[in-house]
Amino acid sequence: MELKEVIIEKLNGTLKGAVLEVTDFRGDLCLTVAADKIIDVCTFLKSDNDLEFNMCEDVTAIDWAKRKMRFTMVYHIYSLKNKFRLRLKVNLEGETAHSVSSVWASANWYERETFDMFGIKFTGHPDLRRVYMPEEFEYHPLRKEFPLLGIPGSIPLPKK
Amino acid sequence: MGLEAKLTSDGFITTTIDAVIAWARKNSVWPMPMGISCCAIEMMAVADPKYDLARFGSEVMRFSPRQSDLMIVAGTVTYKMSKVVRKIYDQMPDPKWVIAMGACTSTGGMYRTYSVVQGIDQFLPVDVYTAGCPPRPENLINALMEIQDIISKTRGRDFQDKPLLEMGFSKQ
Repeated sequence: MELKEVIIEKLNGTLKGAVLEVTDFRGDLCLTVAADKIIDVCTFLKSDNDLEFNMCEDVTAIDWAKRKMRFTMVYHIYSLKNKFRLRLKVNLEGETAHSVSSVWASANWYERETFDMFGIKFTGHPDLRRVYMPEEFEYHPLRKEFPLLGIPGSIPLPKK
Repeated sequence: MGLEAKLTSDGFITTTIDAVIAWARKNSVWPMPMGISCCAIEMMAVADPKYDLARFGSEVMRFSPRQSDLMIVAGTVTYKMSKVVRKIYDQMPDPKWVIAMGACTSTGGMYRTYSVVQGIDQFLPVDVYTAGCPPRPENLINALMEIQDIISKTRGRDFQDKPLLEMGFSKQ
């Protein structure tokens, strides 16, 4: 049995209803996961002895602008044991997501970056602060309504 | 030849103190290399033996602002970095000059975006702008020669009370 089938079968066996959709585009497996099950799915994928997805490569988000569920969270995880890369997606109802930094410590700063750029709040995150933009900045630059050149005067410059 | 010939015939020359000081000053400009990104590589090339900034008396790149007269801002200045650049500029003793090296520093360049300052003249008094991405070493040498031109025209009274005024104190 191929690894892709093993992943899907194991997830459907232990966590019923967690995986909403499976796509396999040009060899890249992508699972859409229910928003409230993401921590369970991640914990299982990391701790299962056959899968061992022990590396969290990236956490980011997509802003769909006018879609009803506006934001989608994207997780890229990798299994060093199987040399296999997997993408997880979560469609968010609002602007709040569950933090997976308790599963992979490296997700901590990725989620801070996602908060900085998209304004998505992570419940259970130990230290949700901005990474790139100044702390007093009020906007989230990668949101679709944010103008490319920024908002004049929103970041103070030193006096001439 | 020039000055020496004069000395053998008369033994002395007459000039003004302002002119002597300006002449000395323009031939010993110590740059503060504010190398923020890729322009800094070209700035290093200027200091190497091929282009040799030492010919203009500017071979001592000082990494301490307190020992420099000229700030070469070489690279993209973001809003976050602008506070640091300004702080270092404020630490330099008067008189001081600024070269905006390259497209990013002068106008924001190709970074037409929310995080990059669209020209450092929004928070620094720039004396010479340099075009190019990055500018050729010759271009930076030309900028330094422009600075030397500016310095040679200065007089002592141009700098009087300047530090006090910049720090926000009124003239007593």
